[in-house]
Amino acid sequence: MSFYPLLIVLLLMSAVGYWFGSKKALSTVRKSSNFITPRPHQFGLYVVIWALVPPVVLGALWAMLQVTPIQMDTGAMRQIDRVVFPVILLLAAGAGLYFSILRINPDLRVRKTIEGVIYIVLILASIISILTTLGIVLSLLFETIQFFGKVPMSEFFFGLTWSPQTALRADQVGSSGAFGSVPLFTGTLLITFIAMCVAVPLGLLSAVYMTEYASSKFRSAVKPMLEVLAGIPTVVYGFFAALTVGVFFRDLGDSLGIDVVSESALAAGVVMGMMIIPFVSSLSDDIIMAVPQSLRDGSYGLGATKSETVRKVILPAALPGIVGAVLLAVSRAIGETMIVVMAAGFAANLTANPLEAVTTVTVQIVGLLVGDQEFDSAKTLAAFALALVLFIVTLCLNVIALIVVRKYREKYD
Amino acid sequence: MTDQAQKEGGNAWQSEAFIKNLTKRKRAERRFRLTGLLAIITALTLLAILLFSIVSKGYTAFVQTFVTLDITFSEEVIDPNGTRDPMELRSANYSKLVQNALRAKFPEVTSRRDLRRLFSLVSGDADTKLREMVENNPELIGKTEPVSLLAGDDVDMVNKGYIDRNLIEDDRRVKDMELSWLDVLEADGDIEIHFNTGFFTNGDSREPEKAGIAGAMVGSFYTLVITMVIAFPIGVMTAIYLEEFAAKNKLTDLIEVNINNLAAVPSIVFGLLGLAIFLNVAHLPRSAPIVGGLTLALMTLPTIIIAARAAIRAVPDSIRQAALGLGASNQQAAFHHILPLSMPGILTGTIIGLSQALGETAPLLMIGMVAFIADIPSGFGDPATVMPVQIFLWADSPERAFVEKTSGAIMVLLGFLILMNAFAIFLRKKFERRW
Repeated sequence: MSFYPLLIVLLLMSAVGYWFGSKKALSTVRKSSNFITPRPHQFGLYVVIWALVPPVVLGALWAMLQVTPIQMDTGAMRQIDRVVFPVILLLAAGAGLYFSILRINPDLRVRKTIEGVIYIVLILASIISILTTLGIVLSLLFETIQFFGKVPMSEFFFGLTWSPQTALRADQVGSSGAFGSVPLFTGTLLITFIAMCVAVPLGLLSAVYMTEYASSKFRSAVKPMLEVLAGIPTVVYGFFAALTVGVFFRDLGDSLGIDVVSESALAAGVVMGMMIIPFVSSLSDDIIMAVPQSLRDGSYGLGATKSETVRKVILPAALPGIVGAVLLAVSRAIGETMIVVMAAGFAANLTANPLEAVTTVTVQIVGLLVGDQEFDSAKTLAAFALALVLFIVTLCLNVIALIVVRKYREKYD
Repeated sequence: MTDQAQKEGGNAWQSEAFIKNLTKRKRAERRFRLTGLLAIITALTLLAILLFSIVSKGYTAFVQTFVTLDITFSEEVIDPNGTRDPMELRSANYSKLVQNALRAKFPEVTSRRDLRRLFSLVSGDADTKLREMVENNPELIGKTEPVSLLAGDDVDMVNKGYIDRNLIEDDRRVKDMELSWLDVLEADGDIEIHFNTGFFTNGDSREPEKAGIAGAMVGSFYTLVITMVIAFPIGVMTAIYLEEFAAKNKLTDLIEVNINNLAAVPSIVFGLLGLAIFLNVAHLPRSAPIVGGLTLALMTLPTIIIAARAAIRAVPDSIRQAALGLGASNQQAAFHHILPLSMPGILTGTIIGLSQALGETAPLLMIGMVAFIADIPSGFGDPATVMPVQIFLWADSPERAFVEKTSGAIMVLLGFLILMNAFAIFLRKKFERRW
């Protein structure tokens, strides 16, 4: 029996169980003199739990067994999967139904059972976030270890050339694959640096203006407009960077007599910075707001102007928080994918010139994994190694930023 | 204060150095204020440029050029045996009719190369339309009727003014000969512009004039349904557990740390997770909305949990106390009283999370939703693509006409995002309670 009919039968069984359980409960409770009893529908739920929990647990175990690399394609196993297993499930559900209905009496504390089951379900739901992290770490780690079995770690971290095209045939000329990731990291850093040069001043200054100068009317009108920048999908920014900004910088360079490629790091970086402005501004907004009013009042009392207060009192006081915000923004920029995939180059280029094309870690991950791949070549495995590095770096940045911001909050709370 | 002191002070305040210093400070103040305002204006200008460049490139995607030709539904082409057999009508060579009509219109064109150019004035899609006309109305056979046919993408581009006629011929994609034919058609009033319904009803196509976003919209819909069905209940359950039931212990701390970190993991890493777990281990179908939905669900989960926790925390403790005081169990207080009261906030957070998922591209590239798929998906397991990925694919296509389509698709996507966010704001304004 396949999945859906089985599910329907199980649901039907539990519906019948619910109806029958509540009915029996109602009749027994009427006869009994005991007043404080659970309500009939709770007896119904009790029966449903007994009917559903055993088959669900069995099904989950069975699914896990199928995922493990036990050979499932033998005829006998398939027979078990199709016939024997569904029968076992239905029998378990039936037995649960039968015994739970048999046990119904007014003194049965069904609410406790129901709440216990709900509690377990809630814990299971919460554990999914742990499982997700575990899944990320394990899947990346597993492939990365395989990768380092093929390519030495020293080459990956210190090699200066990146050209992952491996030869299709052994006798093919050239392209044996080079996996030195240094150009990718420098490219990522270059674009991130440009993005920060755009986002930090603009974001910080607009946050200062919003918190210290703007009227509440101006604030409530302009803040949502800035937030729109954060809501635009990254693929739209990528298209904008590739078709408008990249071409604009190239033409500008042409008219000035400078050679700018249309896939320059500058274009990708500027557009990425544009995307991150609202991120920086709303984080710094919160942080500047958290600076106690007494510091401002003290400064004004000594005769400082608003700008002097901001520069000499508020910003120094908020500095740790702002550093945290910038770190979060950096981690955002490093992990950003679509803008660089569409607007930055593909060839690994070891340069610090923002007018040339560079490539980034995320661009290479996409390049290596899009399209059909066999999963044992160094080429595909390299993507997982890159992703692991990306994951660890962003994780560290976030943890540091969160610690910094929390320390800062505690200082003024 | 004595007169003496006031006099002296007045002198100090009015001293030249003091006034100079004061004007300098005031000027610095004004300058600083202006810089802040300029930063905001710059950011908003960038936004305006972005939107303007998309709209100015994309609004023409919603109309399409049509060429009206006098089509002769000649019997010897469609139905040489005269049987009117539906099978025969279906498999007849309808492009021949279009070609004949074009030849009749421009009898001077004879060379094979020029003829191919001539035939490309009309989209390859034209024969489908003629076939449908004949199948619906076999009476047409033998008659001559003016039919409005979808123009080829080059004609469309010229007609919308994207191709500069003043360029020298070699630099131009459309040659002088084609332009002269177009001028003839234009003079005869045979070129029209209609609303482009095909853009909203067709799947993807290699030919720009036929390409539409219906397939991507349906794919996005299926993907988001999966995301919502998975992420919403799990997110709400986690939030309730953490806010209402969780004991202060190592496990709770671990869960909280994990949620905060997952919220900041780059989206592409979730794509790799989906690739490794859902495709390589669980062997779910590649390119399918179910895999995309699962991956995006894991990605949106932290957003939903964080929003739901904030909403639950906003419900005052007195509600809980009152429920407990009347004999409700902890769970009854949580599920019957606190959850309903926090629902508007939770829904707002969920919609915002889903709108993020709708605009997400990178993780879906990893799980193969980037394949060229012309059919409109009809289920959760069909190969599909989603709107942002469609935009990415079109942005990569070399044809000039796809630039317009890409911008048009972006406008549609932004429209959906605006709708979702407006709905979230509406929910918040309408149902939010300040305690």
